Amino acid sequence: MASCGPATLPPGDSIDDASEFQNRAMHRFNLSLDRALVGPAADAYGTVVPTPLRRGVTNFASNLNQPGYVLNDLLQLRVGDAAQNTLRFAINSTIGIGGLLDPATAIGLPAAETDFGETMHVYGLGEGDYHVLPVFGPSTTRDSVGLVVDFALNPLRHVVEPPETGYLAGTRVLARFGDRHDFAGSIEDVLYRSEDSYTALRSLYLQNRRFELRGDDADYFDPYSDEAVASDPTGEALSDPYSDPYFDPYSQ
Amino acid sequence: MTRPHSRSRTGHDKAAQAVVSRRVAMFTLGTAALACGLPLRATAQSPDAAAALVSRAVGDVLGIINSGRSESAMLREFERIFRDYADVPIIAQSVVGPQWRGASDADRRAFIAAFQSYMARKYGRRFREFIGGEITVTGTRQVRNFVEVISTVRVTGTAPFEVRWLVSDGSGQTRFFNMIIEGVNLMITERSEIGAMLDARGGDLGRLAADLRSMG
Repeated sequence: MASCGPATLPPGDSIDDASEFQNRAMHRFNLSLDRALVGPAADAYGTVVPTPLRRGVTNFASNLNQPGYVLNDLLQLRVGDAAQNTLRFAINSTIGIGGLLDPATAIGLPAAETDFGETMHVYGLGEGDYHVLPVFGPSTTRDSVGLVVDFALNPLRHVVEPPETGYLAGTRVLARFGDRHDFAGSIEDVLYRSEDSYTALRSLYLQNRRFELRGDDADYFDPYSDEAVASDPTGEALSDPYSDPYFDPYSQ
Repeated sequence: MTRPHSRSRTGHDKAAQAVVSRRVAMFTLGTAALACGLPLRATAQSPDAAAALVSRAVGDVLGIINSGRSESAMLREFERIFRDYADVPIIAQSVVGPQWRGASDADRRAFIAAFQSYMARKYGRRFREFIGGEITVTGTRQVRNFVEVISTVRVTGTAPFEVRWLVSDGSGQTRFFNMIIEGVNLMITERSEIGAMLDARGGDLGRLAADLRSMG
């Protein structure tokens, strides 16, 4: 916290899960929620509502996130991203018929997604422990705080009044159902067909989240590297090749 | 490696001579290195060869996806691609981790074979989501002794995403040994999965190899 610049990201396999017992209980709750409610509802939504209409809902919900992105971009002093997200919001809200269409992506202005969790990362706050939230699922201490702050800061919340706020929240839920339907195969592979869905989801979430925050400079373990052989003639290094995401097996 | 290359006869002879003398020099250096017990992994992996490998693998995969064949036929083809383009033994070994050392040769071989078809089934079923998609190699980066090949996947309905391939000639052939999809590292992911399976079987690699045939 005392240092300037972003927090150091832990390597891909490093996991701090102090409250694993509670997390596993929450994970089981989320699984039963998916089995009983979210999965079937998403299936119904995906089957009944035609794809172009669902895409419109997803675009609309995504467009609502833009003002929040811009705010976080500014807090992170990422002026380029702030400009891109502002321009995108302006184009999609007008030419894109209130955000139902996404002409901005077509002209090379995709959403530069961000959140307050990333802002805290940029300020030097580490991720903390792994957390499983009810309904929202995988998170970390820092990103759970970010979720609350993003909700409070959301600029749209201060200009839209009920009942419109309810409609906006509704489209967000529908957009999530759309994702649950579109990626059903991959999601169900992880949730219902992996050896331990808790560790599988935890690993996927943390790897992907750190990738979002890291940008381009990943380093990998080299299983073929000479150093590994030289420093470890017995092959002991194999016991934990993943502390380095660019692990090179040929270094052994 | 740029080599002096001239179209004129004398230039050609000179180049040949240079190559021969370079060979002699390399041989001398090689023996010297051997004598001193230095590691001999001197050849830097060529980024172009790595990119070519990925382009060929991707071309084969897309060709099969769009061929409209039955799923079982596709999965057989994916296994062939995985065998031909990936260094399956080193991936299998890395995924198993420390328990590899205690395993018998027979169990290791059985596991490599079972792991190869498990991976093809598990990930091959997902490949169908890329029908009509497009995968382009957008860059390469030298990382120590291997090359990272960066590719972008474009499928309708989702934002373009990035797949990185780690390619090495450490096995003697140019092969990929890891894949990173939006930050999700195949080796880390499978290590957690295979590790959980091994734990459930008391670390018995032979038993896991037998069970793995019906999984994925």
